[in-house]
Amino acid sequence: MKIRKLLLASVAIACAAMPVSALADTSGKKIALSNNYAGNSWRQAMLESWEKVTGEAVKAGVVAAADAFTTAENQATEQAAQIQNMILQGYDAIVINAASPTALNGAIKEACDAGITVVSFDGIATEPCAWRIAVDFKEMGRSQIEFLSGKLADGGNLLEIRGLAGVFVDDEISGGIHAGVEQFPQFKVAGSVHGDWAQDVAQKAVAGILPSLPEIVGVVTQGGDGYGAAQAIAAVGRPMPVIVMGNREDELKWWKEQKDANGYETMSVSIAPGVSTLAFWVAQQILDGKDVKKDLVVPFLRIDQDNLEANLETTPAGGVANVEYSQDDALQVIEAAN
Amino acid sequence: MIRRSPADFIRLLIPALSLAVLLAAVFWLQPRAMSYVGINLLFNLAVPIALATVAQMFIMAVNDLDLSMGTFVSFVACVTATFLRDAPLVGVVILAGSVLVYAALGVVIHLRNLPSIVVTLGMSFVWAGLAVLLLPAPGGQAPDWVRALMTMKPPLVPIAIVAAVVIAVVAHVIVMRLSLGVLIRGVGGNERSVERAGWSIVAARAAAYGLAGLFAVLAGIALVGLTTSADANIALRYTLLSIAGVILGGGEFIGGRISPVGAVIGALTLTLAGSFLSFLRISPDWQIGAQGAILILVLALRLVFNRVEKRGHGR
Repeated sequence: MKIRKLLLASVAIACAAMPVSALADTSGKKIALSNNYAGNSWRQAMLESWEKVTGEAVKAGVVAAADAFTTAENQATEQAAQIQNMILQGYDAIVINAASPTALNGAIKEACDAGITVVSFDGIATEPCAWRIAVDFKEMGRSQIEFLSGKLADGGNLLEIRGLAGVFVDDEISGGIHAGVEQFPQFKVAGSVHGDWAQDVAQKAVAGILPSLPEIVGVVTQGGDGYGAAQAIAAVGRPMPVIVMGNREDELKWWKEQKDANGYETMSVSIAPGVSTLAFWVAQQILDGKDVKKDLVVPFLRIDQDNLEANLETTPAGGVANVEYSQDDALQVIEAAN
Repeated sequence: MIRRSPADFIRLLIPALSLAVLLAAVFWLQPRAMSYVGINLLFNLAVPIALATVAQMFIMAVNDLDLSMGTFVSFVACVTATFLRDAPLVGVVILAGSVLVYAALGVVIHLRNLPSIVVTLGMSFVWAGLAVLLLPAPGGQAPDWVRALMTMKPPLVPIAIVAAVVIAVVAHVIVMRLSLGVLIRGVGGNERSVERAGWSIVAARAAAYGLAGLFAVLAGIALVGLTTSADANIALRYTLLSIAGVILGGGEFIGGRISPVGAVIGALTLTLAGSFLSFLRISPDWQIGAQGAILILVLALRLVFNRVEKRGHGR
């Protein structure tokens, strides 16, 4: 009896003495990652970042679990089933990279109704009860033209390499690029091809359109296509335009080679796969009771002439330049939205 | 009423048993699933798959195969999320028209003696194109009555189970009790003898395809009721799922040997297999393989039973 009392008393003291920590509240919570596709370097890096950051968070006792699930096939119906399974598995929050912005809404609604926090990122979901961490893809496109206007004061013809036709991201970036051209009318998009965010496709597409183009001063891209464009242009011996890169390792490497050889200058911009970890921290903050706006914007990762070497060093071969986010970064993003 | 032959009974027994075993395994892995809400979450996405499976079953009953099922259901989903909500009359006309197109396909396939695989594969591009035209970007919204129907909360039994039972009973009545169903199965079994008996094969095929179209339309509507909005690629997996569901449920590719109740059970089993593997935390790289392994296991079991049964007849 005495021992029990003593124990109770010590527990009470421990509770009272504990610092008022925001972390303690989520230590029993479980967060799941619902991912629809893992078949490219970006997604692989995304999953690795998730594993690394959440693994540490679980070890530190910030959350109880942070499991990643990827559907076997990239299909919305399958991901919907996966989300419903997560509801049954008793997760407190689900972080989603959605196969479709709309087709998961039913399952997400079920999760919300079950009291689960749903945070979507990259591939966002339109269901109003979910949080969205979106990239300002429009700005990503516009900033490329702004950069070129600083580099090439006289303007000139541009070649635009687009992504996968019919995908939301492609429309957004391209829209941003065209808005940029309107803002800086010294530039003109002389031609545009679909590179499908893949070097080989971009190389073929650019090689196909080059003969019909006047002299081009810049190539605006969406990422994953800059190296292919450079190869195609080099092959026909045209003067090398300023090609905006997309943070892929082969692109950065090529840029570095050119920089060393002839002082080639450009910039590189893309969304960091580590955005999954930002979504994780946002979900953790929401579970912690923080008031978070439903729509958040994630900054994109930009590499410039002076920090090229540093970024190239940390980018794995065949991978994508990445940043992993911390809890403080998440707090900053949340604050910025408020 | 004639007592059903033991062969039919065994045909149904194996899918039912596999479903029961899987369900027990899921409940054991995840006791939380053993509740009203849990069962609904496990099975509600199986409802459109069950409808698509029954649709595929009608095609397979006449020895054909529909490779456009997935794209057609996607197309219907797009129509449901756009026209059926904003202009119900136009929506109904489009959906009715697409059922007629299905019936016409049956006629064309029969008259020109074309392989159904080729025709439906071609049609799959047509449906996919129409779906993209309707919804170039994912969107649209489910009509309120569809959403209300799919999220209904009847007392005691979850809507997913109620829907599955209703689908099974309706399909069973059509295929096993109506003369039309007997005729369709007869076409699959022995076309010439049905023809010699004075029936119109063209009409039977058209009816089978029309019924398939009808059930596929219902599948698309049910799917949108669950997802709340559509996407031109929303149901691409349904082509293979529906074929697997029919086979898993005791149907066969030829001979008009189909089982409507089995088809619904097959669809439920396939859905449950996915949840089971996910609860087991099997890596996604292995999941498709594991799903295939479950399928092969069930089919192997059926083969063994068929052997035993045949040997019994031989004596």
